[in-house]
Amino acid sequence: MRCRQVIDRISEYLDGELDPELVRELERHLEHCEDCRIVVDTTHKTVEIFYHTEPAALPDDVRERLNGMFAQRFRKEPR
Amino acid sequence: MPTHLDNEQSLVTAAQAGDSDAFLTLLNQYSRHIYRLGVSITGNHQDGEDVLQEASLKAYSAIADFRGSSRFYTWLVSIAVNVALGKLRKRALWKEDPLDAREGEDGSYIPQEIESWGEDPERACLTHELQRILAEVVQKLDPKSRTIFTLRDIERLSIDETATLLGLTIPVVKTRLFRARLKLREELTRYFGKDARNAMPTGHR
Repeated sequence: MRCRQVIDRISEYLDGELDPELVRELERHLEHCEDCRIVVDTTHKTVEIFYHTEPAALPDDVRERLNGMFAQRFRKEPR
Repeated sequence: MPTHLDNEQSLVTAAQAGDSDAFLTLLNQYSRHIYRLGVSITGNHQDGEDVLQEASLKAYSAIADFRGSSRFYTWLVSIAVNVALGKLRKRALWKEDPLDAREGEDGSYIPQEIESWGEDPERACLTHELQRILAEVVQKLDPKSRTIFTLRDIERLSIDETATLLGLTIPVVKTRLFRARLKLREELTRYFGKDARNAMPTGHR
C-alpha cells in the first residue's frame, strides 16, 4: 500500500470499517513510514479530542432566557 | 452525554403525561449539547440560541408524539438539526453541491502539516480554552461538512443516523467526514504540533 492509499482510507480505518486484509496492509505500511504514522496518529487524536470534550455549561444569560421563555409559555397554557 | 436511561424513561413518561417540570429536567440534561450543536452548525451564538429555543419549544409541543424508538437525545437532536438547517437554507448556505454527486471517487487530499503533537491537548491547555479552540477550528469547515462533522464526531451520532437526518447518502457523509477530519487535523496541528507552541495563548502552554 502506498502513502496516498493510506491517507484515503484513514477515516474508515479509524472507524473500524476497513476490511481486515486492508487493515493489515495499512499497518504494514505504517511500520516503515513515519509520515503516514504521524498523520494517522494525529487524525486519531483529532477525532478523539472532539469526541471526548464535553460542551461548556450553558451561558447564564442563555439559560435565563430559555427558562423565561418556558415560564411564559407555562403561564399562557397551563397543563 | 448523559446516560441515565432508566431515570430518563420515567421523565419522558411524566413529560408526556403533562408534567412540565419533568420536561424541563429532561431538557436541561441536554440543553448545552443542543446549544453547542446550534452554534457549531450555524456558526454564531445568536442563531445557536435561537436553535436551542425553537427546538426546545417544538420538542415541548411534540413530546406526546415521541415514541421511544430512539433515545430522547437523538430525537431532540433531530429537531434541533432541522431548525439549524432551516437557518442555513435561509442564508443559502445549505444547497445541492454538484461535488456530492461524485463523492467516493475523489481522494485528492495531500497532508500539509506532518508533525506529531507535543503533548496531550487536554494537558496542554485548560478545558475552556480547549473548548474555544475546538469551536473555532470547526468554523473553518464549509457549512455542510461542519454539520456532518458536528453530528458524527461531536454529538456522537452514527454515520447512518447522520445521513438520515441530513437527507444525504452514506457515501456523501463518509467522504465529507473524511475531508473534515483531515482538515481539522491540519488546523489542530498548528496548535498542538511540537513546533507550534507559539500558537498557544500565552500562559497556558
